[in-house]
Amino acid sequence: MTDSAIQITLQQTAPIPLSVQLNCKSGELLALVGPSGSGKTTVLRAIAGLYQAQNAQIICQGETWQNSAQNLFLAPHQRHVGLVFQNYALFPHMTVLKNIQQAITHLPKQQRQAQALELLKKVHLEGLEQRYPKNLSGGQQQRVAVARALARQPKVLLLDEPFSAVDQVTRRKLYRELLALRESLAMPMILVTHDLEESTLLADRIALLHKGEILQTGAPEWVAAHPKSATIARLMDQQNLFTAQVVAHDQENQKTHLRWRGMLIEAAYQAQFPLNKPVCWMIQSANILLHRRNRPSNGNKENPLQGQITEYMESSGLAHLRVQIDKQLDTTISINVPLHVAKRNALGLHEKIGISLLSEGIHLMPYQALRSES
Amino acid sequence: MDWQALALSVKLSFVTLLFLLPIGILLGRWLAYRQFWGKSLLQTLLALPLVLPPTVLGYYLLVAFSPNQGLGLWLVNTFGTTLIFNFQGLVFASIIFNLPFAIHPMQRAFAAIPREIREAAACCGMRPSLVLWKIELPLAWPGIVSAMVMCFAHTLGEFGIALMVGGNIPFETQTIAIAIYDRVQSFDDHAAAVMSFSLLLFSMLTISFTYWLSARSERTHD
Repeated sequence: MTDSAIQITLQQTAPIPLSVQLNCKSGELLALVGPSGSGKTTVLRAIAGLYQAQNAQIICQGETWQNSAQNLFLAPHQRHVGLVFQNYALFPHMTVLKNIQQAITHLPKQQRQAQALELLKKVHLEGLEQRYPKNLSGGQQQRVAVARALARQPKVLLLDEPFSAVDQVTRRKLYRELLALRESLAMPMILVTHDLEESTLLADRIALLHKGEILQTGAPEWVAAHPKSATIARLMDQQNLFTAQVVAHDQENQKTHLRWRGMLIEAAYQAQFPLNKPVCWMIQSANILLHRRNRPSNGNKENPLQGQITEYMESSGLAHLRVQIDKQLDTTISINVPLHVAKRNALGLHEKIGISLLSEGIHLMPYQALRSES
Repeated sequence: MDWQALALSVKLSFVTLLFLLPIGILLGRWLAYRQFWGKSLLQTLLALPLVLPPTVLGYYLLVAFSPNQGLGLWLVNTFGTTLIFNFQGLVFASIIFNLPFAIHPMQRAFAAIPREIREAAACCGMRPSLVLWKIELPLAWPGIVSAMVMCFAHTLGEFGIALMVGGNIPFETQTIAIAIYDRVQSFDDHAAAVMSFSLLLFSMLTISFTYWLSARSERTHD
């Protein structure tokens, strides 16, 4: 992609397998998402020059930082990288101001303090210039780390799980601050996180990493709703993942019919999947309608199912239900409904309910054996 | 009190430190950060003076630098000097003997600096020499100073190796520890007591200082 501010290609089989091709535009925030040990931090370290992959090409803002074919490798101090470490890595023997000044090497000495103060103001830390890192809260330390990373006027900003060391309340506050801050940042930003909610909230695009390989990239909501494989769906924490058989493609009505555990269900038209062959399918909770218990709606005509609530949990304004489908004893479907809806419908453990699976929300994927269906 | 012997011991200690400081920093840092083949063997060799009786180490140095053979002969032929029964020899032996006392604390001090802090410095644009100067040395300095103080005190009181390699030549190789032994042999109990007490006092001060530094370091890094 020619409009990418940074292009990264990493290939190696050992000691850490990597198969990565990424790009990020100026001002774009790309989240590298994956489970622990998937290689997210290694990719970030390779971009910063802290890890040298065997076959790599990294081009940032037209400058080649690494090209294994030409035996070119720029050391970290030669790359203009702003890196916020997971534990912030502030210099413990220096004040907040000195920490930031260390990264301002491109300005004359007399201008460095003013620039550092300006950055502190940007991250809302005025008045804490003379504090030492050990006297700051986790959130304040994170802000200093961000200010220090920006102080170098980096060509790329790298954030390695920067919110993992703070409590939930501080994290929410820092999310808002980062979202506000990124409006004024023109460089590409790459965030490493294992938190899907965090990546959905902050990132323009996500790149899903698994065992060192990028499996899919795209807008967070798109990847969550349209995973290319059941593995990706699992990694995106999709609860309702099943196998079925394609029994018909109805082009006229734009429907694909599936046989799922003896039941026929309708999905959106997806003719690329051959007839009479097994497939994996998933549906997000947002595409499952709850039938009003005393006044059935039109929604119950679309893939209607009856079941019993076997799990009921309330958190953050949502009721998380697990519904066991009637006559399908080993099949459960997860649904999240707003708490007021759950209350209005008097939902609770062991209650019988009716649901509809919206056909437009049923997404098919190539068949693969699933360890256990939902 | 044998002031000449004390002055010689102090001089020996300072000269030893002059060599050990850069050697300790470079080797300690290298061992702290690098993994390489033979590292365990090198560390074992460097730690040998900790367990080897000083007289044994002194004996091997004496044999190695004997002007009649091998290395000693080469030194005489090349530089016209030898490293036994003179001050230079004493310095060399002292450096060898003190290597683990210098390197181990420094290695530990460098190893205690989190890798991310060094990496953060590099990402701030600091080249490796600047990272050493602005980040690593200030963070490792309590360990470095502690190592130097220990080496100084250790050299000041060293007896066995000094006697083996340097002999007991007044004004040339007679250190304060040898002087104490000398006074005891000649029944000058008062002089021996004064000198022994001085060394005892100095050792106590040294240990107190290193403990204080260690505690201060922990407070800084927490």
